[in-house]
Amino acid sequence: MADLDEGLKRLGLHDLHVELGGKMVPFAGYEMPVQYPAGVMKEHLHTRSAAGLFDVSHMGQVILRPKAGMEALKLAFEGLMPVDVLGLAEGRQRYGLLTNDRGGILDDLMFTNRGDHLYVVVNAACKAEDIAHMTAMMPGVSVEPVTDRALLALQGPGAEAALEAILPGVAAMWFMDHRVLGEVWVSRSGYTGEDGFELSLPMAGAEGFARRLLAQPGVAPIGLGARDSLRLEAGLCLYGHDIDTTTSPVEASLTWAIQKSRRMDGARAGGFPGAERILQELATGPERRRVGLAPDGRAPMREGVELFAADGTPVGHVTSGGFGPSVNAPIAMGYVASHFAATGTALEGEVRGKRLPVTVCDLPFQPTTYKR
Amino acid sequence: MKFTKDHEWLRVEGDLVVVGITEHAATQLGDVVFVELPEPETMVAEGDEVCVIESVKAASDILAPVDGEIVSVNTKLVDAPALVNEDPTGAAWFFKMRLDDLSVLDQFMDEDEYQDLIG
Repeated sequence: MADLDEGLKRLGLHDLHVELGGKMVPFAGYEMPVQYPAGVMKEHLHTRSAAGLFDVSHMGQVILRPKAGMEALKLAFEGLMPVDVLGLAEGRQRYGLLTNDRGGILDDLMFTNRGDHLYVVVNAACKAEDIAHMTAMMPGVSVEPVTDRALLALQGPGAEAALEAILPGVAAMWFMDHRVLGEVWVSRSGYTGEDGFELSLPMAGAEGFARRLLAQPGVAPIGLGARDSLRLEAGLCLYGHDIDTTTSPVEASLTWAIQKSRRMDGARAGGFPGAERILQELATGPERRRVGLAPDGRAPMREGVELFAADGTPVGHVTSGGFGPSVNAPIAMGYVASHFAATGTALEGEVRGKRLPVTVCDLPFQPTTYKR
Repeated sequence: MKFTKDHEWLRVEGDLVVVGITEHAATQLGDVVFVELPEPETMVAEGDEVCVIESVKAASDILAPVDGEIVSVNTKLVDAPALVNEDPTGAAWFFKMRLDDLSVLDQFMDEDEYQDLIG
C-alpha cells in the first residue's frame, strides 16, 4: 500500500480511507480507495439499499465570478457549452458539457447558480485543462479553483435521513437543488442513479464530518469500483471512456442536456464551440449513437469489445462494460452506427475471439430514484 | 496440496489432480461473476489458457499447470460463480486432470512455500 508512485497526490481523508481498510490505487493522479474490505459487489448493493459515502475530493471545484455582472458571466459560460446557463435559477444545479471546435466534448460537469457566482464541479483528469480553457475563453470572468475543500457524496435511499441528522434542512431539497448550510455546500445530486447529495466542505472539518456520517445507521464507505458499476447501471457517462474530444453530445445521446434555447430557432441558438456540427446532428441525426448493450449470456463485454451486425459488418464498440450487481447481469454501453441503434437490435460482441450475442437496450439499466 | 506461482492449488484425488485457485487469488480478483470452463476430455499443455474468470473488476485466466487430459469440470461454477469467493479451495474446484505421471507435481510449492510467496 505504501509503494504507490511518488507523483501521486493524497486526499485530505487519506488516513481515514486507510483506517477503514481502503485499497488505495492510482486514479487521475491521486491515491484513491478502489474498494474497502466489503468489496465492490457488497458496496454497490449497500449503496442501493442503504447509503454509501464516497470521497470524490479529487474532482475539480471551481468558482466562476463575474467581473461585470451575473448576466455577462452566464452568457460567457454559454459561449463554452451548448447549454442554457442564463435560465438556471439561483440555488439550482445543471449538467453541462464543454465542447471543442469540432463539436467533441472537452469535459462534462455540474454547474450551480449561487446568486453572485457560479460553482462548477469538473472531472479530476480534466481539471487543469478545463481551468486553462475557461480562463482563456472568458476574459470577463474570474476563474477561481477551489483547493481547500473536500468533496463527499452520500448516495442511496438512506442518504436523506443520515444527512438530515447532522445537517438539518437537507430533507427539504429536491433533485438538483443547491444550498449553503453553514460551511457546507450541499447539492442534491450524484453519480449513482440514486437519490443523494454531494457535499463540499472545508478540508479542515472534512474528516470529522465523514466520521459523523459513517456513524449514522446504514452509512458505509464506498470505493471507486462500486462508483463505476453504480454509474454504469444508471447509464451515466464516464469521461475519457464513453465521451471524449471525438464524441459529440448528440452522438453521446446527451441531447437532453442541450436545452431548446441553444438549439436551432432557440432564443440563443448556437454560439458555442462546434455548434455547426452539433446543430446539424440535432437536425439530421448523428452517424453513430451511444446505446445501452445487454449481453444475452453471462460473459461481461468490457471496454474495447468490437460490435458486429448479424451479417458480420463492424458497427461499433463497447466504451464501458462490466457486471451490474443490482440487475445481476452483464451490462455495457458503447457506440454503434445509427442504423443499428434501435432498441432491440441484435448484435454480436467479440469476446476472446468468440462472437457472442448482445442486444441494444434502453438506458438506464437500473431505474433512477431521484427526488423530483 | 500443492501450489503454483500462478496461485492455483493442485490436490491429488486417486489418479486425478483437482485444480482450483487459492483464497489469495480469489480475494485479489474480487467478486467473481462469470466462469468459462473447458470441454471435458480435452488434452491440454502446460500454460494453455483453459478457464476464464471474470470478476467485477477484470477478466483473468486459469492456465493448465501441467500437460494432461481434462477429464471433468465443475459446472456448478457456471451457475454460481460466487462459489469461487465463498469456498475457493473446496466447492469451487475448476477441473480434474489425468496426468501421465503424478510425480510432476513435486516441482510445485507446498503450503509453507506458497505462504512465503504471497506473504
